[in-house]
Amino acid sequence: MTIAIKPTQSGEPLFYLADEHPHPEGWSTSLGFWIYLMSDCLIFAILFATYGVLSGNYAAGPAPKDLFDLSLVAVNTTMLLLSSITYGFAMLTMQQNKIGQTQLWLAITGLFGLAFIGIELTEFAHMIHEGATPQRSAFLSSFFTLVATHGLHVTFGLVWLVTLMTQVARFGLIEANRRRLMCLSMFWHFLDVVWIGVFTFVYLMGMLR
Amino acid sequence: MSPDLLKLIFGRLGIESLPLHEPIVVGTFVVVALGGIALLGGLTYFRLWGYLWREWFTTVDHKRIGIMYMILGIVMLLRGFADALMMRGQQVLAFGGSEGYLNAHHYDQVFTAHGVIMIFFVAMPLVTGLMNYVVPLQIGARDVSFPFLNNFSFWMTVGGAVLVMASLFIGEFARTGWLAYPPLSNIGYSPDVGVDYYIWALQVAGVGTTLSGINLICTIVKLRCPGMTMMRMPVFTWTSLCTNVLIVASFPVLTVVLALLSLDRYVGTNFFTNDFGGSPMMYVNLIWIWGHPEVYILVLPAFGIFSEVTSTFSGKRLFGYTSMVYATVVITILSYLVWLHHFFTMGSGASVNSFFGITSMIISIPTGAKMFNWLFTMYRGRIRYELPMMWTIAFMLTFVIGGMTGVLLAVPPADFVLHNSLFLIAHFHNVIIGGVVFGAFAGISYWFPKAFGYKLDPFWGKLSFWFWVSGFYLAFMPLYVLGLMGVTRRLRVFDDPSLQIWFIIAAIGAVLVLLGIMCMLMQFAVSFLKREQLKDVTGDPWDARTLEWATSSPPPDYNFAFTPVVHDNDAWWDMKKRGYQRPLTGFKPIHMPSSTGTGIILAGLATAMGFGLIWYIWWLAALSFIGLLAVGIGHTFNYHRDFDIPAEDVIRTEDARTKLLAGAK
Repeated sequence: MTIAIKPTQSGEPLFYLADEHPHPEGWSTSLGFWIYLMSDCLIFAILFATYGVLSGNYAAGPAPKDLFDLSLVAVNTTMLLLSSITYGFAMLTMQQNKIGQTQLWLAITGLFGLAFIGIELTEFAHMIHEGATPQRSAFLSSFFTLVATHGLHVTFGLVWLVTLMTQVARFGLIEANRRRLMCLSMFWHFLDVVWIGVFTFVYLMGMLR
Repeated sequence: MSPDLLKLIFGRLGIESLPLHEPIVVGTFVVVALGGIALLGGLTYFRLWGYLWREWFTTVDHKRIGIMYMILGIVMLLRGFADALMMRGQQVLAFGGSEGYLNAHHYDQVFTAHGVIMIFFVAMPLVTGLMNYVVPLQIGARDVSFPFLNNFSFWMTVGGAVLVMASLFIGEFARTGWLAYPPLSNIGYSPDVGVDYYIWALQVAGVGTTLSGINLICTIVKLRCPGMTMMRMPVFTWTSLCTNVLIVASFPVLTVVLALLSLDRYVGTNFFTNDFGGSPMMYVNLIWIWGHPEVYILVLPAFGIFSEVTSTFSGKRLFGYTSMVYATVVITILSYLVWLHHFFTMGSGASVNSFFGITSMIISIPTGAKMFNWLFTMYRGRIRYELPMMWTIAFMLTFVIGGMTGVLLAVPPADFVLHNSLFLIAHFHNVIIGGVVFGAFAGISYWFPKAFGYKLDPFWGKLSFWFWVSGFYLAFMPLYVLGLMGVTRRLRVFDDPSLQIWFIIAAIGAVLVLLGIMCMLMQFAVSFLKREQLKDVTGDPWDARTLEWATSSPPPDYNFAFTPVVHDNDAWWDMKKRGYQRPLTGFKPIHMPSSTGTGIILAGLATAMGFGLIWYIWWLAALSFIGLLAVGIGHTFNYHRDFDIPAEDVIRTEDARTKLLAGAK
């Protein structure tokens, strides 16, 4: 692979590495994390497919047009998109080894994430208050499950973010922490991409039905 | 105490949850309890707990984890097979107005548990165990990519198995069939804990399986030794790669579909209900989108084992290596395009059924190519009929029959007649036993000397082989006949006395298989006792071809003192041919991952959480969840997860091997 194989001086082929360097720590991590993300992506794919099958089954209950408030969702989408940008800034400052600024941008990212979760919960509470509960129809079951699964992922991301901020504060921007921040970065942007799918297919197309 | 308080503490778990009214279960419990006490007492008496904890439970060594997977699979095989015997017995007796000896409530649990255990807790651990043990050795690596995750995955699988076993004595298991189709599995028709046991056992084990899939993909992609290009990988490594891709790409589907079923059951949503817009058939579609790839997850590694065994015991390079790899990849892809053939009778129309019928039949082409490759490998080979080779030949004969009945079932009009009949049961046992189980046994007898340093006793092995193979045919050929006569699966009592003889033959077959299993256990015991006679010091008892045979048996913790360099397919054969000399000096310290108890603790918490959710013991579920988060996060604060094996230790190990090898000559 990375090591060129040369025959020894006598021309005999080399059958082992006499001077070996172990793989650097985290050699497989980004690949592993990518594969994990793809498996997570499949979870969302199935939830989208389920929503696609069931989204017209209102069971004489409320339909998207009766429930969705696009301006609220627009604000919410903005929160999440901004959090992705600020996470990007955190990574840029991490590259420059500016620990304080990195932490600041991470904190801002967390606040945007919290705002996103808060607005989502408000939206859910409002819908449930109007009787549009997950139990009301298959459409609402699949809607709540898809959107809440995304929300749970963001919540988990927030827990992870706080953990990493603690670790950066305690141990600094060491190699292991950089790698972890990189993984969370992938996770966070991935959730952003999923949300764009939710926004488009659930909210925008729901209003068009 | 007030009932409210009791309910708060114990959820719906009460004294009436214990199956005291079922004498069979009580008897089983007594036997299991006595055996368990004897085992625990023995471990305590011989002071083995510390050893087990340090060397096995907390190990991150892929070899030990692989062995533990195999033990789990074999132990669960005994449970799953006991279920099979009970069914065979019931179906022999329940004729002429007799109700048999199992009531419906119990019988329905038995056939569900049999399927669930055999697939998830026998076949999966056996396959995963072999991959875990062999793949890093075959690619010249020191361990897997994520050793801690590997330990965690194993214990999650154990956690799932523990939940299934708990259902035998605390409460009950699902009475729905092994895939728990709604609406039967929904809360209205299955209000008790059975389906919840099913859900949480599979969810806990599923996490482990998915993570182990990611782990092995990374291992194969990132940790191959220098010179081992993709097209120089041993075929078993190739099939493992494809299997793990299938795992990662299909288990999330199972996770979601079970999560949605749980939401229906716990929260009252309407995914798979009959009213409020739910769609039970969507569950069937989704679960088979996981389920069909799952059968290839099981059988592809078996194909890999047969490839290794055939070329080793024919003394020839595998015929058609490239076509073998492409056939594996094609099967991997096609396995996603056939799921609907499990329910042609859903009524999706002629065009949809034709599409899935044709894709199903196409799979037989790459599979057939593999069959011919094995045959051509044997052609003009110097075949040695050792045990692994015998299993391989039994596989080739048996699997072809199973494959042909499979193609028959893939014809939609034929399937409308045979759907859910015993013909189907015979077909999938034909391919799973003939393919996966025979493959696992071939793999066990092939790699056992690598793992333990001595061969398995051939006498008991051959006895076991003949009992298994003849038992299989006696047990399942009658089911083809019965299926063609229209007998459906999962029946408990029969009216037509002319059917009884076929069930009697099938039961005799099951007894022969029982003898086969007992001979196999005997084989392990006898081999252990005769380990000095059966000893192999060369590390290469079969004159084999791939890298795992280049190191000692059992391999040292670090697998290879120096990372091997590969120049050809069948790397070890190439090295032997070119006069490779084992290095005797120049050893250096070796960097290795350290053991950790976090995996078993996390899996224990996950199992406790599952138990809490099953019995509605909310405090237990919540506490375990918080515990999971705390321990999981706490683990990430440990930055020192590796150590160096000092050069002196490597020198000592390698010198000992040099002496052994000199003595062998």
